[in-house]
Amino acid sequence: MIAALLRRDLATFFPFAGGGAALPVVFFVAVAMLYPFAVGPDANTLSRTGGGVVWIAALLAAILPLEKLVARDIALGMFDQLRLRGLTEEAIMAVRLLAHWLSFGPPLLLAALPAAALLALDRSTLELLLLGLLAGTPGLAAIGLMIAALTASLRAGAALSGLLLIPLALPILIFGAGALARQDAASIGFVAAISLLLIAIAPFAAGAAIRAAREV
Amino acid sequence: MFLPNAQAYARPRLPSSDPVTAPRLHAHELACQRGDRLLFRALSFALEGGDILHVTGANGTGKTTLMRALAGLTTPFAGTVACEGARGLLDERTALDPDLPLGRALAFWRRLDAGGDGGEVRARLALDALLDVPVRYLSTGQRKRAGIAVLLARGVPIWLLDEPLSGLDHAAIALVQEIIAGHARGGGIAVIASHQPLGLDSVVTLALEDHRPQVDAV
Repeated sequence: MIAALLRRDLATFFPFAGGGAALPVVFFVAVAMLYPFAVGPDANTLSRTGGGVVWIAALLAAILPLEKLVARDIALGMFDQLRLRGLTEEAIMAVRLLAHWLSFGPPLLLAALPAAALLALDRSTLELLLLGLLAGTPGLAAIGLMIAALTASLRAGAALSGLLLIPLALPILIFGAGALARQDAASIGFVAAISLLLIAIAPFAAGAAIRAAREV
Repeated sequence: MFLPNAQAYARPRLPSSDPVTAPRLHAHELACQRGDRLLFRALSFALEGGDILHVTGANGTGKTTLMRALAGLTTPFAGTVACEGARGLLDERTALDPDLPLGRALAFWRRLDAGGDGGEVRARLALDALLDVPVRYLSTGQRKRAGIAVLLARGVPIWLLDEPLSGLDHAAIALVQEIIAGHARGGGIAVIASHQPLGLDSVVTLALEDHRPQVDAV
């Protein structure tokens, strides 16, 4: 049952799988591409500030898939039918979190390579950046899932979810981008810790939000 | 405890070989609200295998709310729902991916329910010609037939059908009536919320208007 659900979620959310979910990755690369045009082609400036720009681009890219993440399946009655088959909302949301991260984290890591080239990042910065994104994107996915579930029954949910994600993602951004500025891998440990905590909370928070959305 | 029709309980039942798996759906003193408004109260019934309950009521009297409470999706304002046996709900939202062709949307539920091929059910509901059509292009009636196919393939004993006949043509209505009657003959329970007559024999009718709260509870 869980495997069938994960397969369906991945087919819905994975980029280039027909769901049209490639937008966040394209957006991410586009931001990295625009930045040199905006601040000028000075390689020194770019490599000093580029890592932070990649982090901001990742954060903004995390907002894009939220609109379809939960609200669509509530409208379809998908969660109701899964509940009738004995799956708890928490289990459904845990599967959704995994599918959401898989369809957004690894593609972003891959896209970080051309982004790093565009921003003239050196090798050690790139390593810290990839490590930080690997540790931070699960946390971003967890925040995104919680927000998507909480705002699913609101009419302006999509616009609101972007506004809500940015402040909640600040700790991940501070430690993730901070590791680049200090060239210090230790703060990536903080990013991983924040991500783990968020992953542990997200299925329960999102599951409760879906149940609450039924009562209105 | 209010019984909608005492005669229903005197009706001889089909012999049930295994009392543990015999389905049962009891509602006791049920009251449900939508928003701040109490829709109905003091609603009780007891259904065993072979029973069909027809819930009637004008729009907005709480038919869908009742079905969702019976399905265990929402918590009733008061009262309890006791149930033995798996429940299946058919409502206007069929949970079929609108972007997928019908065949693949049905295949997802078939995999999830670990059911068989389902070809027999599809043929019976005349869905075979539609398998390549994306769900969003299906008409209301076609989508409803697909929802019934998913429900049938699951093989659950308790059916909660919210307006199962709306949007269907005459041939499909006759077919669905036959399917529901067959389900009850096979020892299943069906609760049907519908404002139109069902055309089925030995149906207990429950009018939600009879349970409207006397004093508005706002």
